[in-house]
Amino acid sequence: MAERRIRIILAKLGLDGHDRGIKVVARILRDAGMEVIYLGLRQTTASIVAATQEEDADAVGLSMHNAGHLTLAPAMVQSLRDADMAVPVIVGGIIPDVDRTELAQAGVAAVLGPGASAEEVVNTVRDAVNSQMDLSR
Amino acid sequence: MADPAKESRPGKTKWEEACKASPVRDVPFETMSGVPVEGVYGNGPYPGQYPYTRGIYPTMYRSRLWTMRMFAGFGTAVDTNGRFREILRNGGTGLSTAFDMPTLMGRDSDSEWALGEVGRAGVAVDTLADMEDLFADIDLSNVSTSMTINGPAAILLAMYVAVAEKNGISPDQLSGTIQNDILKEYQAQKEYIYPPRPSMRIITDMVKYTTSEMPRWHPVSISGYHIREAGSTAAQELAFTLANGFAYVEAAIAAGEDVNVFGKRLSFFFNSHIDFFEEIGKLRAARRIWARWMKDRYGATDERAMMCRFHTQTAGVSLTAQQPETNIARVAIQALAAAIGGTQSLHTDSYDEALALPSEKAARIALRTQQIVAHETGVANVADPLGGAPYVEWMTDEMERRAEAIFDHLLELGNDSILEGVFEGIDNGYFVGEIADSAYRFERELNAGRRTIVGVTGFTEGNEEDDVNLLRIENDTEQDQLQRLATVKSQRNEEAVQTALDDVTSAAADTSGNVMPAILKAVRAYATVEEIGDAMEKVFGRYVEKAIV
Repeated sequence: MAERRIRIILAKLGLDGHDRGIKVVARILRDAGMEVIYLGLRQTTASIVAATQEEDADAVGLSMHNAGHLTLAPAMVQSLRDADMAVPVIVGGIIPDVDRTELAQAGVAAVLGPGASAEEVVNTVRDAVNSQMDLSR
Repeated sequence: MADPAKESRPGKTKWEEACKASPVRDVPFETMSGVPVEGVYGNGPYPGQYPYTRGIYPTMYRSRLWTMRMFAGFGTAVDTNGRFREILRNGGTGLSTAFDMPTLMGRDSDSEWALGEVGRAGVAVDTLADMEDLFADIDLSNVSTSMTINGPAAILLAMYVAVAEKNGISPDQLSGTIQNDILKEYQAQKEYIYPPRPSMRIITDMVKYTTSEMPRWHPVSISGYHIREAGSTAAQELAFTLANGFAYVEAAIAAGEDVNVFGKRLSFFFNSHIDFFEEIGKLRAARRIWARWMKDRYGATDERAMMCRFHTQTAGVSLTAQQPETNIARVAIQALAAAIGGTQSLHTDSYDEALALPSEKAARIALRTQQIVAHETGVANVADPLGGAPYVEWMTDEMERRAEAIFDHLLELGNDSILEGVFEGIDNGYFVGEIADSAYRFERELNAGRRTIVGVTGFTEGNEEDDVNLLRIENDTEQDQLQRLATVKSQRNEEAVQTALDDVTSAAADTSGNVMPAILKAVRAYATVEEIGDAMEKVFGRYVEKAIV
């Protein structure tokens, strides 16, 4: 049986308008054969949960450049949990290394820092989705 | 006997006379080995002469170095006020204000949208009370203030005027710049509130207001910086920025304003990226194109209304998180390009910006970097030192050709109007599409190994060492600010606020009037940024971008 195509929601959560990175990532993932649903700017945790449900997505990718990641990323993870959805959250953008532990503890599946190659981006998403499937099995 | 060399260079005498009338800095204009150097070399048109390819002033940095304008802001208004007063005590005369994300988007600190963002990337301003604290004990008639804000710019400008009034200073004594370039928000930075046409109407109202009440104010700083950061090429940055400039000019002319008056108050903001000669060519071309269009297409006759004055910032996007100290070298090269390109002011980025907001040490090194360029390299001795070099002249021409091709496309989109072409390009996704394509092309070339970024795609030995001390902003700011806002709301006259907000809505609906007086009344009543913004939204609506990848 053919492997199911990974469906990923990409979104900018909150007010941050830096969308260069997430648009490049969207194209990288699409070129790698994934189905990318880009929600665009100014999304809320509620709008992302709703879209994830509706699209039956396997992962949520957020991009953050305004130093709000320690507040917003855990809030996203919690909202998905509250909705009983076992979907990994991957965060990219300007994320200092020292924050990685705190994000991991809050349940963020992976962090993609500046300069991540296309291959790293694709593998990180695949790994996050596969580990989640192993857990859910 | 006349010097035959001089005769063969028309404009040289005029240039020499202009230089004599200009002040000069008290430093030796010679190389470090003691070789005297002249103010310019090569052929005319000389610096200070139309079309200003070689610079807008005859003596350029011999008279005055570029302004070293470092952009900063954090925490509450009181925190930033402390930083401002320190700058003034140290002899600075220019203040540059960074607002936090909620303020930039017209949201109050107690909005659900503001969670996690209050006071983080700049100062939080909700009401006039914050602006009073921000500029407390500062003589506003004696400083030049730059405010980087776009969507709610009219509200923040009104607050600045109201603070001055309270201190007995009239609007005509105020000098400074407000970014207020809404067009590039739809194209790149994405900090818009209303749709493009009502936003343009607000800006035109502000141009009218500042032209009559605040003659020392720059009402729009037309910004390519964010277009480039979002991924455009140098030529796209040049063309989109100047096209936006033409759009503001067309809107102001249509509103009956005199191009010779408001034209003098327009200024620009460009990026200085890492491809040295391309950047220099871009900046030289910007001056030439702007001068020609202002003169030929828009009928400017005052030379100062044809001059493209600009601020430059080094390219944040070129900085690497890997081996961050290497960024100091990148910034130095970009600062040198900006100086050779003839900038009027410069912000140099801090080496840690790919990791966090700048630490104090990193910000100081960034300032030191441009001081080295200004005081040690000798680049400030001669105007347009690369002018006449075949490669640089070719690059300047090539940037101009590429920009003109884009103007042709916009004129076609807008039936011979750049203003309409820009609106159409925003509406049909032209700008965001072009920018995203350029960003992706560059990324693919990096991934294919066709381009190298040191520390990222090559030369990665040493990447593991990470001993950079980053700035941490604590979350206390948010609580402080929420309390301040609650206090203001409990002390103001609610009835006066409501009446003033209703007047803002009426002013927005009356297309023959100006929104500024009603906004001023509302800020004086301590209405919040979001309340005033919402009062206009009732008429203007809110812009939502189509999510296109």
